[in-house]
Amino acid sequence: MIDKIIKSATEAVSEIYDGATVMIGGFGEAGSPIELIHALIDQGAKDLTVVSNNTGSGQVGLAALIANKQVKKMICSFPRTANSTVFPELYNAGEIELELVPQGTLAERIRAGGAGIPAFYVPASVNTPLAKGKESRKFNEQEFVLEYGIKADFSLVKCETADKYGNLLYHATARNFGPIMCTAANVTIVQAKKIVDAGEIDPEVVITPGIFVKKVIEIINPADESQLVADELKYPW
Amino acid sequence: MVNTDNKTGWSRTEMAQKVALDIPDGSYVNLGIGIPEMVAGFVPEGREVIYQTENGLLGMGKAAAIGKEDRELVNAGKKCITSIPGASYFHHADSFTMIRGGHIDICVLGAMQISKDGDLANWSTGAPNAIPAVGGAMDLVAGVKRIFVITQHVTKKGLPKIMEECTFPLTGKQVVERIYTDLAIIDVNKDGLFVRELAPDVDFDYLQERTGAKLNLYTDIDN
Repeated sequence: MIDKIIKSATEAVSEIYDGATVMIGGFGEAGSPIELIHALIDQGAKDLTVVSNNTGSGQVGLAALIANKQVKKMICSFPRTANSTVFPELYNAGEIELELVPQGTLAERIRAGGAGIPAFYVPASVNTPLAKGKESRKFNEQEFVLEYGIKADFSLVKCETADKYGNLLYHATARNFGPIMCTAANVTIVQAKKIVDAGEIDPEVVITPGIFVKKVIEIINPADESQLVADELKYPW
Repeated sequence: MVNTDNKTGWSRTEMAQKVALDIPDGSYVNLGIGIPEMVAGFVPEGREVIYQTENGLLGMGKAAAIGKEDRELVNAGKKCITSIPGASYFHHADSFTMIRGGHIDICVLGAMQISKDGDLANWSTGAPNAIPAVGGAMDLVAGVKRIFVITQHVTKKGLPKIMEECTFPLTGKQVVERIYTDLAIIDVNKDGLFVRELAPDVDFDYLQERTGAKLNLYTDIDN
């Protein structure tokens, strides 16, 4: 019988191991699975390569994971945001690596990873420092650079509604990287604001089909990251 | 419109208005963070423009009212916004399919430097201690049909932003079609930079003095 529902965030992230590549959903705090990230901080896996659009705010969520020295390398498009101090300090001190990727290329690399496509050509970054050292090729007189798909060992994603099969619905722009990250990991772990009975989600509107999801945990009232940052809270509490 | 900046040329509001006038009815538009965001406030009567925000919304509405913010409904600048009736949400790969795939008509971006050939630098000064961050800028300039830049004509230190060659790392090469500054509107054509419109009290010589590349007037040659 299939039932992907896990009872605790601790159990959900228990198998994440040292050196793993972990995709973490979110565009800033929208869609960031903060409870799963905090559980990963408690769990302690280190030397992680994290794929996420940003690097977190304040001293909570992704920023706290980085501050806890669990992240060896970030693959992202925009490693600074308002209230983002943790990553810049470690980066300038040479304590964390950065692979900077244009946002659309990052999305497509994740999509390709999930779709079994090892590499593809894009026009973005041609003639810029981000294309340096990359293979390029001309198609119809225009130059493109070769980019590689990314696969992860784990993805941590936040959604609005889930069922025991792992079918997911998202809310507004919190969807962002969630659906593609679900496809690109060996083990996708999802925190949902609500878990409903199978059949309650109309198959016509499912955004992430359950096959891409391994574990689901219900977090009814996820923390409001900007409030935690405004209150200058720091995880672990 | 009153010039609130109390200096020669157009105010930021007027610059945004000028851009809005050049966006045709029915366009799908992506607006960058900062001054570009102001363009949405000046769509002329009788035109409908649909705004795409690359974090997953087609049909972006106004900023969210205070007290009505939804932290999961934000624009590319991570500000709380609203969606219009008829809007759609989508994931990032679909969003950049719209952008890279040439489905967006116009993108309005800010700039640090623009070259005479339309090269754009707007993501990094290349300073060794700066944290590089690019976001979606390189994808936008590579895929959107028309790239408009809106920027002050010179830097805060008074140096030209429009120059022969950009000295900062590029966002894209030969991508800018038109530049809207506080002093003028300038087209980037294959034959060089052509002044489309001068702000009130700005003459060609004044503009040329503040520009690091040769400017042309459309009247100079047949076009």
